Amino acid sequence: MLTSADFATLLLTFKVASLATIFMLLFGTPLAWWLARTRSKWRGLINTIVALPLVLPPTVLGFYLLILLGKNGVIGEFTTWLGIGTLPFTFAGLVVASVLYSMPFVVQPLQTAFSNIGEQPLEAAATLRASPIDTFFSVVIPQAKSGFLTATILGFAHTVGEFGVVLMVGGNIPDKTRVVSVQIYNHVEALEYSQAHWLAGGLLVFSFTVLLILYTVLKTTPHVK
Amino acid sequence: MNRKLNKFITARFKLDHGDFQLSVNLRLPNSGVTVLFGHSGSGKTTLLRCIAGLQKAQQSYLEINGSVWEDSDVGAFLPTHKRPLGYVFQEANLFSHLTVHENLNFGLKRIKASFNNAKFEQIIHLLGIKHLLERMPERLSGGEKQRVAIARALVLNPEILLMDEPLASLDAKRKQEILPFLGRLNQELNIPVLYVTHSHQEVAQLADYLVVLEAGKVQASGLLSETLSRLDLPLSQDREATTVWNVTIVEHETEFHLTRVAFEGGSLSLPAIDAKIGTPLRVQIYARDVSIVLEVPRATSILNVLPATIMDIADGESGQTIVRLKVGNQPLLAHITRKSAVVLNLKIGKDVFVQIKGMSILN
Repeated sequence: MLTSADFATLLLTFKVASLATIFMLLFGTPLAWWLARTRSKWRGLINTIVALPLVLPPTVLGFYLLILLGKNGVIGEFTTWLGIGTLPFTFAGLVVASVLYSMPFVVQPLQTAFSNIGEQPLEAAATLRASPIDTFFSVVIPQAKSGFLTATILGFAHTVGEFGVVLMVGGNIPDKTRVVSVQIYNHVEALEYSQAHWLAGGLLVFSFTVLLILYTVLKTTPHVK
Repeated sequence: MNRKLNKFITARFKLDHGDFQLSVNLRLPNSGVTVLFGHSGSGKTTLLRCIAGLQKAQQSYLEINGSVWEDSDVGAFLPTHKRPLGYVFQEANLFSHLTVHENLNFGLKRIKASFNNAKFEQIIHLLGIKHLLERMPERLSGGEKQRVAIARALVLNPEILLMDEPLASLDAKRKQEILPFLGRLNQELNIPVLYVTHSHQEVAQLADYLVVLEAGKVQASGLLSETLSRLDLPLSQDREATTVWNVTIVEHETEFHLTRVAFEGGSLSLPAIDAKIGTPLRVQIYARDVSIVLEVPRATSILNVLPATIMDIADGESGQTIVRLKVGNQPLLAHITRKSAVVLNLKIGKDVFVQIKGMSILN
């Protein structure tokens, strides 16, 4: 059965994934809105940057984050100056890395949902006295509801399943940065196969359920290029 | 009465999209129904969208009933949601996530003016949508959707109602279902309408004032009957060329199943109409149904033979001559053959008689 150390990793994983999902929705929503509507020449470049984690080995992203966030990195110097210290091998660093790593899984479904709404309902809302911000909350969000659900579920599930970035940026510190995927690795290294089974099987069931909900109940297609 | 004098639209727009330029300078009455008529690509929808603020022109000045909505010289531009207008799109454009009732309430919730329940009921009744209130838009027919969209714009009691080909996406049957509503809207609610269409039928049926657009420019702008009968416009050349008269019922000749209607300077006999004496009617006379004679025929089966004066003559297509006449104070168009024009020796100023073979009642 699961040990208390295993439960600690489960709890930590849940905390990281929840926080990361909240931040991804906060930053990803305006970004997806901009990407869905802009005619700016920068659109292609920003799309590329957002989608990059989809194809990059997680260790590559983790490596660069480690350098950037480290005490000689640009961001590291900035966070040190702010008095926060450096982020690698901390819980906060893990959340930051997760946000960047899973962002495409949030931005892309939202972007698709926003594009599908089109210009017409927005114009109708404007002729009915709704300001752009009012329109966003009263028309765009309700009409993009399934996009938001997909984005939330995929963002959360993908964060739960990450390994490479976590190991690079977070390390393997119990109660601070040790998440489920890392714990499975630890168990296998220690030849504790039955422990590994419990966690791995749990993650398998979790992922399967999430996707099943997406494909059947919500009838959406997780949009990943 | 003084307030009424201020009811004008002044619209000046210059817009350049490379392959399309709009350049208009209009002063329109903001009362009754003004139709913006033109072929696709004439700029009529662009003009309407500019007035709504949905599209920005490089140079613009827009004044409605004395308040300035746009003035590019001083950088003034009232965003769409702050303009007291109603807009009906070509596609009904209802919010798919809201019921009919919530759609109707969407704008109402956002205006500060006190909510007038009687007016709301009147509009719902007028458009016949009371039984649809709890439905979702996806469960409405095209015609029902469009009626809800019209009601949604009207409940705001706008200073002007902009309609962009509201019937274009509907089949002939649905059109006939909505047209009578549109005719009554203006009379019963007294909201001025700016209506975009390319349909001759809708022009004849709805317009009080007509603006003809062609390639982004105003070709003509004036009262309906005058503009329809201008020989310098392609409208008068069209096979569907018509004149529209506003008449009033004065007498029922029950033994012959006829109704007599009067216009400024004369009267006409029509097939019996089931309406009270004094009822105003709109009568459409096709130019192809009007013939010209020099004397009153002694015996004819045609009931309506009226004295007229020739005001203008122009050559039409394929051997046709187009004649503009004046009957009483009403302009009238006649399409006749060029041969007849020569044989009858028709000249401007000549007094003749017109025989009207048929006409249709529009309301």
